Amino acid sequence: MTLNWFVATQPGGTIQEVAKSCSDASNGRYSISVNLLPTDATQQREQLVRRLAAKDSTIDLIGMDVIWTAEFANAGWISPFPASLAKQVTKGDFPSVVKTGSFNGQVYGAPFNSNTELLWYRKDLVSKAPQTWNQMISEAEKLGSEGKPETIQVQANKYEGFTVWANALIDSAGTKVLSGPETVDLSQKPTEEALAAMGRLAASPAAAPDIDTSDEDSARLGFESGDSAFMVNYTFAYASAKANAPDVFKNMGFAKYPKVVPNRPAKPPLGGFNIGVGAYSNNADLAFQAAACISSSKSQLTATKLDGLPPSRESLYATKTVTGAYPGFSQLVKQSIAASGPRPQTPAYQDVSLAIQDALQPPSKIDPNDPGSSYDQLRSNLEDAVKRQGLL
Amino acid sequence: MNAAAGRLRLGGGGPAATERSREERRLGWMLCAPAVVAMLLVTAYPIFYAIALSLQNLDLRFPDQTSWAGLTNYKTVLTSSLWWTDVFNTAFITAVSVTIELVLGMAIALVMYRAIFGRGIVRTSVLIPYGVVTVVAAFAWFFAFDPASGFVNHLPLVPDDKAWFGGRWSAMSVIIMAEVWKTTPFMALLLLAGLTTIDAGLYEAAKVDGANAVQRFFRITLPLMKPAILVALLFRTLDAFRIFDNIFIMTRGAQNTESVSILGYNQIISRTNLGLGSAVSVLIFILVLIIAFVFVRVLGVRMAEGRPGAT
Repeated sequence: MTLNWFVATQPGGTIQEVAKSCSDASNGRYSISVNLLPTDATQQREQLVRRLAAKDSTIDLIGMDVIWTAEFANAGWISPFPASLAKQVTKGDFPSVVKTGSFNGQVYGAPFNSNTELLWYRKDLVSKAPQTWNQMISEAEKLGSEGKPETIQVQANKYEGFTVWANALIDSAGTKVLSGPETVDLSQKPTEEALAAMGRLAASPAAAPDIDTSDEDSARLGFESGDSAFMVNYTFAYASAKANAPDVFKNMGFAKYPKVVPNRPAKPPLGGFNIGVGAYSNNADLAFQAAACISSSKSQLTATKLDGLPPSRESLYATKTVTGAYPGFSQLVKQSIAASGPRPQTPAYQDVSLAIQDALQPPSKIDPNDPGSSYDQLRSNLEDAVKRQGLL
Repeated sequence: MNAAAGRLRLGGGGPAATERSREERRLGWMLCAPAVVAMLLVTAYPIFYAIALSLQNLDLRFPDQTSWAGLTNYKTVLTSSLWWTDVFNTAFITAVSVTIELVLGMAIALVMYRAIFGRGIVRTSVLIPYGVVTVVAAFAWFFAFDPASGFVNHLPLVPDDKAWFGGRWSAMSVIIMAEVWKTTPFMALLLLAGLTTIDAGLYEAAKVDGANAVQRFFRITLPLMKPAILVALLFRTLDAFRIFDNIFIMTRGAQNTESVSILGYNQIISRTNLGLGSAVSVLIFILVLIIAFVFVRVLGVRMAEGRPGAT
């Protein structure tokens, strides 16, 4: 029996390798055929949504971004895991990750890999990593005034990465975007502190010249070029710098994602993929078994080995594969995922994300000294978005 | 028998001639009928379906919550500042790009018309940009202006770290340049068709009367080309108003460069909100109808006269 797995590609070959080893392990019960989706998360979702809304029965397995679960489950496009299997596929996973694959108390996604962002900095420019965004901006501006590399690399183009950044800062400041699927939280004071930090960076000479179009890759390239002092980015940045910019890599330091306020812990972003089973699949039973194999510890370590993706199981962080992939910072990755602030879980997630981008991007429109009007815009956008009203 | 009678009576004129023309018209309708039926199937059905969708609360993500919406979707769109920003963006891109295309297109048409050597090669090479797939062309322009990969920032007088797609007007200008590069050949071709219809004798007569080249262009070429120019403008305006590919590839609507088509895409494809998205689509359709109406009724475009190849 052939199972179709719709999933974004990984350059190191993880997907093909996992599909092959799980097919082999099934003793001929199923063979997984990989259907690659675009690399861009927005376009991955658009393709899947179009197929699922049309009740496509050829979708057996889905590599689901952590933010899709509520939307897909609520629409009836994916099936919940049977109780016993649900326990098996989530055993030992970070609670923050398990939550991203769950909706209304049921497990819809078997965690396959996780991801988080760290603060990367140049050890030759600053002796110690800054603790907060404000501290980082001040230090960068000081470096700039001394004629040294000063740029801070973030992800602030109008795309999902911007929502990741905004959500991490709002969460770190001590509030949440949503408190329930249809309830806007956003306590005013902490939200304004988060917005002020974004606006302050955008207005600072330490912002990258291309901040308004920046994404993970432009940030990485900017850091590797040697004229940046700081960068927030996913773990792939380490291996990339090692391969492409040995001079920069020599002095590449890592630290926990910066805080917004000194007395509150940072809530780093949470990425990663869960494996879901299509609701219109004709082979759901086999697909659940395949999902269990794809999300097994063995497959997760394959993803770490081939593509440097952090596992979603805590116990795996003691293995040689993980400590080897993240030399010296495997515990930092583990702590960051455990402490992460996931993006809101709501069936209207797409609307919520677009609403955040519409209100705050480009970040230069946030007045760092008076973020009140940006706050009002964000709140009113979100009030509409959770009810799926308004144009976005 | 009828036809023969008609032909016989042709010389007589009067009521007989109108009978004949009535018959011709009937024949014309019958010949057109298959095309009309096909058009009804492939255009009228989707249009009415879109109108029906736009009157409902219909979101594919919430299939159980479908309900009759009346005109609320239209109210949402028309009271949104985003819609009006996007209408402005679209109108701005249309006006600027079509103006530039008209001037450049006219110059290229004159060159193609006058070319003595290698006429075929000139005409073919001018058409190449129009033959490139828009998405491919958009990527080419995007990569050329992207600070990380492009050559534009290495040109003299351009700052090395200029983020073209980081600002509204710089992004808009790249989008317009790509649009102009892509479709000027089409404009030139339509204008060339108009140019070839002008009787060369008129120019000779004007020369004999002592008119210089500038006078000949403004007194003979332009007035006689008016139908062709208006048709070319109509086609290009309608086309430019639906601009999608270039913006989608280059900015995806960021930095306030969103066009109405991108707005519709976001509602229908990203949010799968078919009700709201269809309302946007219907409003775009109405705007396009208004543009066509203005051209045909106010400016007096006569399609048959200005059609390429018509004499």
